[in-house]
Amino acid sequence: MTMKKFEHCKGLVVPLDRANVDTDAIIPKQFLKSIKRSGFGQNLFDEWRYLDRGEPGMDASQRKINPDFILNQPRYQGAQILITRDNFGCGSSREHAPWALQDYGFEVIIAPSFADIFFNNCFKIGLLPIILDGKVVDKLIEEVMATSGYRLTVDLAAQTVTTPSNESYGFEIDPFRKYCLINGLDEIGLTLQHADKIRQFEEKRRETQPWLFA
Amino acid sequence: MKTLYDKLWESHVVHAESDKPDSMVILYIDRHLVHEVTSPQAFEGLKLAGRKPWRINSILAVADHNVPTTDRSSGIKDPTSRLQVETLDQNCEELGITEFRMNDQRQGIVHVIGPEQGATLPGMTVVCGDSHTSTHGAFACLAFGIGTSEVEHVLATQCLLTKKAKSMQILVEGKLGRGVTAKDIALAIIGEIGTAGGTGYAIEFAGSAIRALSMEGRMTLCNMAIEAGARAGMIAVDETTIEYLKGRPFVPKGELWEQAVSYWRTLKSDEGAVFDRVVKLDAAQIKPQVTWGTSPEMVVSIEGKVPDPASITDPVKRHDTENALKYMGLTPNTPISEIFLDKIFIGSCTNSRIEDLREAASVLKGKHIAPNIKLALVVPGSGLVKSQAEQEGIDKIFREAGFEWREPGCSMCLAMNDDRLMPGERCASTSNRNFEGRQGPGGRTHLVSPAMAAAAAVAGHFVDVRAMNE
Repeated sequence: MTMKKFEHCKGLVVPLDRANVDTDAIIPKQFLKSIKRSGFGQNLFDEWRYLDRGEPGMDASQRKINPDFILNQPRYQGAQILITRDNFGCGSSREHAPWALQDYGFEVIIAPSFADIFFNNCFKIGLLPIILDGKVVDKLIEEVMATSGYRLTVDLAAQTVTTPSNESYGFEIDPFRKYCLINGLDEIGLTLQHADKIRQFEEKRRETQPWLFA
Repeated sequence: MKTLYDKLWESHVVHAESDKPDSMVILYIDRHLVHEVTSPQAFEGLKLAGRKPWRINSILAVADHNVPTTDRSSGIKDPTSRLQVETLDQNCEELGITEFRMNDQRQGIVHVIGPEQGATLPGMTVVCGDSHTSTHGAFACLAFGIGTSEVEHVLATQCLLTKKAKSMQILVEGKLGRGVTAKDIALAIIGEIGTAGGTGYAIEFAGSAIRALSMEGRMTLCNMAIEAGARAGMIAVDETTIEYLKGRPFVPKGELWEQAVSYWRTLKSDEGAVFDRVVKLDAAQIKPQVTWGTSPEMVVSIEGKVPDPASITDPVKRHDTENALKYMGLTPNTPISEIFLDKIFIGSCTNSRIEDLREAASVLKGKHIAPNIKLALVVPGSGLVKSQAEQEGIDKIFREAGFEWREPGCSMCLAMNDDRLMPGERCASTSNRNFEGRQGPGGRTHLVSPAMAAAAAVAGHFVDVRAMNE
């Protein structure tokens, strides 16, 4: 599977002001029965977003919306950047969570920390998770809430997040991951360029630990 | 001097992008476990790219998340669940992958059947599209959960692109009190370091209390490593490990067994090996644990109370506590022993092995569930666990106590099948996650050990199992 290319994003920001948002909350289990990779966006945060109980195959336009949930507020419609608190994406390894976020329209998730598996899964599909210092996140969340139409500019090449008032914050990213994202590369293809090395490794392993191949 | 994690890591590196310690590497995978929920898109991707699995023999598949735990003779009723299970059957058949189908006695929860079959061996790298793959680390494996894109990557290349984590040693010394189990150690650790405490780390559990655990207990503990944020948990090989493995179907025999065992005995951290972080716990101080909130770190002992948000100074934490109490329908300062329950669930990849069932049965023997308990479920981890329990008469104890004795699967741990909580229902559960909606929308989950779940079933509310056993 080739990931979506990522270079820049100047996007509307929505704040989700809670810590430890788990992947069960991001996409509840009943939607994991799908054997497809697409269509999860309408059920993103399903239990918070709707007042009725969501089941696969329901027509989202006919469902009761929870007006209090932040994603449903008119000013945040069309958001491309989600800013949230510590340990976002904890729990289940379901890649359906990043699929749902991307399918909804998010391109960037900003938080002080992410759960490991979720963080890793995001890169595989071209959704960019950015770690910023907790104090910076506090400040940005305050600004987003105070300013309608608040947009952040994310420049992956420069590794910066820039506010409307031109304040810039740098972020770290593994150089290999950055290279894959900017070029939208197929990681399987990249690994298979080392197929000979994998075969050699396997042969050696077969000699030293033959029981693994019995 | 190397840690167990260093040894496992270094013995699987095929290629490193750079010499730096945090370099991206191509890591070889020995065992790939597959289930129906996180694999269909990976198999599809493989097919679309015209690729084939690299090493079919490394794969073992089973359907566990969607399977009904009631009578299976007429198949799966829910058409979407059925399609997902049939898709796995089809993919395995087409590619020649070993799969234990729904009506095979060896079927069960993927993290129960791997070790049970001896498909999980010391020194292996083990992956599965499931976060609780950390379970297998109990066998001194490097085992961790992956996403679906990575499932496809492993299918196609037998490798993963990944980075080395930092190392954490959790030392639990001393003797556990009577009625205190591996589950209580796990919850006490998470209470101590938090659900993100292990993020970025691979955890090795060590110390006399860990060495005293059975393999079942060790699996429970490693299973919960992910709830502390660590992708991998692991425990060194000792006689308990080797004794458990002896004679299992996928385990090497004869001369190969001898050769394997002598290698396996090297799978421990060297004396004096340095960890990035060390956490110490005194086993004797650990009491039976009960979670009160919507994250496994929201936990206290059975002697404790529901916390009061008014006494929390950190605004984010206070806000999260208020949210959790609202969702859980709990009043601050309520003693844990005064929380009444509607349902009891004994099962999941955390606590559905034979020892877990024995532990619960020993509490239930000659007793009956309280009248306020609407449903008490016991879901064995595999067909083989079920049959073992039946041979021991454990099923009879459960049934006579008013429990339903079900077919193996993930069941009400995540409620993908029909086993679930109704909105507002409160459950004592031996599973691993108390997230909002995890056991059914609006359902309220309290995580406990099998013994504590059994004790709560009898009392109708949480109760100290140590007092019950006297």
